[in-house]
Amino acid sequence: MLTVFLQFLFSGLTVGAVYALVGIGFNITYNATSIINLAQGEFVVIGGLMMWFFSESLQLPFFVSVAFTIFSAGIVGLLMERLTIKPLKNPDLLLMIMITVAVSIVLRGILMFSFGKDPYVYPAFTEGEPLSIYGAIIQQQTLWVIGITGFCIILLFFFFKKTMVGKAMLACAVNPTAAKLVGINVSRMVMLSFVLSAVVGAIGGMAITPISLMEYDKGPMLAVKGFCAAIMGGLGTNRGAVLGGFIIGILESMTAGYIHSGLKDAVALIILLLILFFKPAGIFVSKAMHQLRKY
Amino acid sequence: MKKAPKRFLVVLVAALSVFLLFVNAYAKEPYKIGALFAVTGPASFLGEPEKNTAIMLKDQINKAGGINGHPLEIIIEDTKSDETQAVLSAKKLLENDKVLAIIGPSTTGESMALVPILNTAATPLLSCAAGAPITQPVKDRTWIFKTPQYDISAVEAIYGYMKKQGISKVGIITISTGFGDAGKKALLEIAPKYGMTIVAEEKYGPKDSDMTTQLTKIKAAGAQAVINWSVGPGQVVVTKNWEALKMGIPLYQSHGWGSRKNIELAGKAAEGVIAPLGRLVIWDKLPDNHPQKALLKKYTQDYVALYKSDPGTFGGHAYDSIMMLVEALKKVGPDKKKIRDYVETNIKKWPGTGGIFNISPDDHCGLDKSAFEMVVVKNGDWEILK
Repeated sequence: MLTVFLQFLFSGLTVGAVYALVGIGFNITYNATSIINLAQGEFVVIGGLMMWFFSESLQLPFFVSVAFTIFSAGIVGLLMERLTIKPLKNPDLLLMIMITVAVSIVLRGILMFSFGKDPYVYPAFTEGEPLSIYGAIIQQQTLWVIGITGFCIILLFFFFKKTMVGKAMLACAVNPTAAKLVGINVSRMVMLSFVLSAVVGAIGGMAITPISLMEYDKGPMLAVKGFCAAIMGGLGTNRGAVLGGFIIGILESMTAGYIHSGLKDAVALIILLLILFFKPAGIFVSKAMHQLRKY
Repeated sequence: MKKAPKRFLVVLVAALSVFLLFVNAYAKEPYKIGALFAVTGPASFLGEPEKNTAIMLKDQINKAGGINGHPLEIIIEDTKSDETQAVLSAKKLLENDKVLAIIGPSTTGESMALVPILNTAATPLLSCAAGAPITQPVKDRTWIFKTPQYDISAVEAIYGYMKKQGISKVGIITISTGFGDAGKKALLEIAPKYGMTIVAEEKYGPKDSDMTTQLTKIKAAGAQAVINWSVGPGQVVVTKNWEALKMGIPLYQSHGWGSRKNIELAGKAAEGVIAPLGRLVIWDKLPDNHPQKALLKKYTQDYVALYKSDPGTFGGHAYDSIMMLVEALKKVGPDKKKIRDYVETNIKKWPGTGGIFNISPDDHCGLDKSAFEMVVVKNGDWEILK
């Protein structure tokens, strides 16, 4: 019985780690601009597919491929902001969110034409047998995904709390006009936040592809689940997104295991609705803080 | 010098009549047929190889002189994987282009939407989708045929093989799409006939990234084998999870497994996976005297040379539909009623890519479980099981 329970739990952790990483990506753009970037799922896909391109198609060494993938995702984020968000004369939030939807559709089209409709995969970061704990197995790549998620959170925590650039980015979201008055280059901060979220998304994509495979149209599903994770924990808080991601992942897996696999998506969404009903700001955000936010 | 214009005129008339004669002999009126494929949209993985196949065959046939001297014209319409669009395009083909018959569409849903339209228009439809209701009940499907094998035949092939292996308790896991639901229905329906007990019945979404939970449940329920019914990346993820869990029971896949890409993607994990496959993907493993071998070889090699990718089973469905129609046109000419009758009564022991067809007034598909070979993955390649 314990083995079965643990297996369900590990399955939930595997899926949850993916949701958590996507959720964090949402938070970065949100924290700097109050925009919900719905092209976040496509950044994850870009990460997975570019990594395949560099490591399998061009046969570059692992770390070189990682660097190139991060670099190209960053460029995509940068272009996205410079070409679609910056030229806006009246940057209305809702309008910008719609633009991100449009960008996600365009990106998906480009990915389809350059990579085709087939799924892609490359070997896990470390070769070897899955670990067995009390008879339940956990794949090594899952540990990588969880580890990378943790690493990203710590880095982002220090970035936003301890560095000048990070603090400046937060200031832009809270009040762009005031930020400008104290000499922060708001436009550059917005650009940086898109680059950063693209990079985090791509890192997630690189880590999950060996487990889940990657194809051009996986983005929307990832975006929806990641968004749920971010909302559940409270938009803007990274530990919230991580907890939200794992809660959704584990709930899905437990529902599939103990009730029926046909119901797993429904149950996870019902729990999300309940949380939003009783704690609309999310688990980690207080009501007062929520009222300061635009969305 | 005065005579010059007259002589010129004579030469001109002579040249013109020779030219006309030549044109006449070469370009008899083209035979127009329509094709509806889901070239874009979610079912584009079906429509794309079908479209490619249609273009390739048309060029080959016309290069070889057409059908009894008549060039073949295939008017291809994109249904965008959408029923409404399929209906609109079918009406366009029937009313504007006045086609003799329609090939496609790619999915069961679209085909079902066209059944009443083609029956009313009294025009043959040779569908490239698998669903049994497309051609059943056959008395309401006078003008409708299909070339892909029945899901039930694939299930029968699996159960038949399992029975020989002494397996009687199976766990099934299906994808939550039309393909998976149809498979699940067939799996549950046929089970008693082969003495199979379904001990667990699980599902997953098309973009899910981990199915260990479902597989753990199947194992805990005491299954002697797992059957996964899906297309797309899901079947690779199931295979990888099955290997990681070291389940100790064999994994069977549906006929959707029949793409070499799946072996590449699953890598080592694919070793030992068993599936019922049409012979198109394993043509090189067939004995030379097999009636399907020559045509499978030619089709696959031509396709790969032209498009640099494998046609897969789906392109094959379009091949079968088109070649049946071409044969009918060759024998009976451009008459819709005669074409229909020819396909219904004369396609007997007819080797196609999907199997050896025996179409009859009772069965507008003409394939059974003998269309499948049970195939296991061994050393990264297919191997036919006896």
